Amino acid sequence: MMRACLLAFLTVTACTEASAPDTTPERTRLAPGEIRSGYTFLQPQTQALQDDDFANPGFLWVDRGDALFHEAAANGKSCASCHGEEGEELASAAAHYPAIDEDSGELVNIEGRINLCRARHQEREPLDYESDDLLGLTAYVAYLARGVPMSVDISGAAQSWYEKGEDYFYTRRGQFNLACSQCHNESWGKKLRGDTISQGHGNAFPGYRLEWQSFGSLQRRLRDCDSGVRAEPLDYGSDTYKAVELYLAKRAEGLAMESPGVRR
Amino acid sequence: MTIRIAAPDTAKKGEVIEIKALIQHPMETGYRSDSKGKEIPRDIITEFECSYDGETVFAANFFPAIAANPFLTFYTKATTSGTLEFTWTDQDGESWSETHDLTVE
Repeated sequence: MMRACLLAFLTVTACTEASAPDTTPERTRLAPGEIRSGYTFLQPQTQALQDDDFANPGFLWVDRGDALFHEAAANGKSCASCHGEEGEELASAAAHYPAIDEDSGELVNIEGRINLCRARHQEREPLDYESDDLLGLTAYVAYLARGVPMSVDISGAAQSWYEKGEDYFYTRRGQFNLACSQCHNESWGKKLRGDTISQGHGNAFPGYRLEWQSFGSLQRRLRDCDSGVRAEPLDYGSDTYKAVELYLAKRAEGLAMESPGVRR
Repeated sequence: MTIRIAAPDTAKKGEVIEIKALIQHPMETGYRSDSKGKEIPRDIITEFECSYDGETVFAANFFPAIAANPFLTFYTKATTSGTLEFTWTDQDGESWSETHDLTVE
């Protein structure tokens, strides 16, 4: 009897292994008409906080960035020297990042561009990721583009970065073995714990998260998603996260920039 | 510390004016641990005061349950032209101030 049971078990196991279903997530897409900002998934109180330019705590970082933007480096140059007193030369730039840096051929996000500018034009050291100063400058530059529809260029040298980001988006990872797409393409609008799953757009970032009680970059948000599925978060500024930022920006094409946004 | 103040620049005598004050501060409760299990020490603002032409018109004590980047809204009656001075003091006695001039017509 025992032997028969065991045999049956082994047979079942063998069969299961032989016909293991392919669990690679399908490359589902959001239909163009159903793209919604994370703002529309927030509670009215959180929306009100984002809408109030005084109460929105993200403006603490925008103010800091505004001050740094006008601060001259040792060589006499401030950001405003090139980009205009009110940053008018940068008006919508943040809506078109990440982008390829023409000199190096590498993909850079806003944080990377700010640090490149510091090195090339101000002879200054780069700022650390998630430092209040870099967050402040990023917030100020993104704020200048508030309301501008996101639109990035994925042609030429950016194409391979885009594809790398796309692969990341559809790859299962972590102990939960989930791909970004399984929540944000296939399950948005459903409940996860007490929250409604959003479509995972980055148009509010850099932004203020109530959970952080602080301001953070899009990469900090990506790290939270990775640790949420119990995967190892990648390093700040890593090529892979930059590629994901590009993919997400293309995916959210047409959504208005909301930074400094407020999210749960 | 970045401070933001919203108050009218001018007001009519006797008018009730709304004042908003926001300061960047982590308001670390002292009840949390870091990723290695080590206690994160308490770091909070304990006092806030707003004086108007030298006289205190609003004051508050803060405790660990106050959120980061505390935001206060309060009201006072415009009596005379003068300076509104806002002062936050933390648990170690360090303080941050900002002023706003109000003209009463």
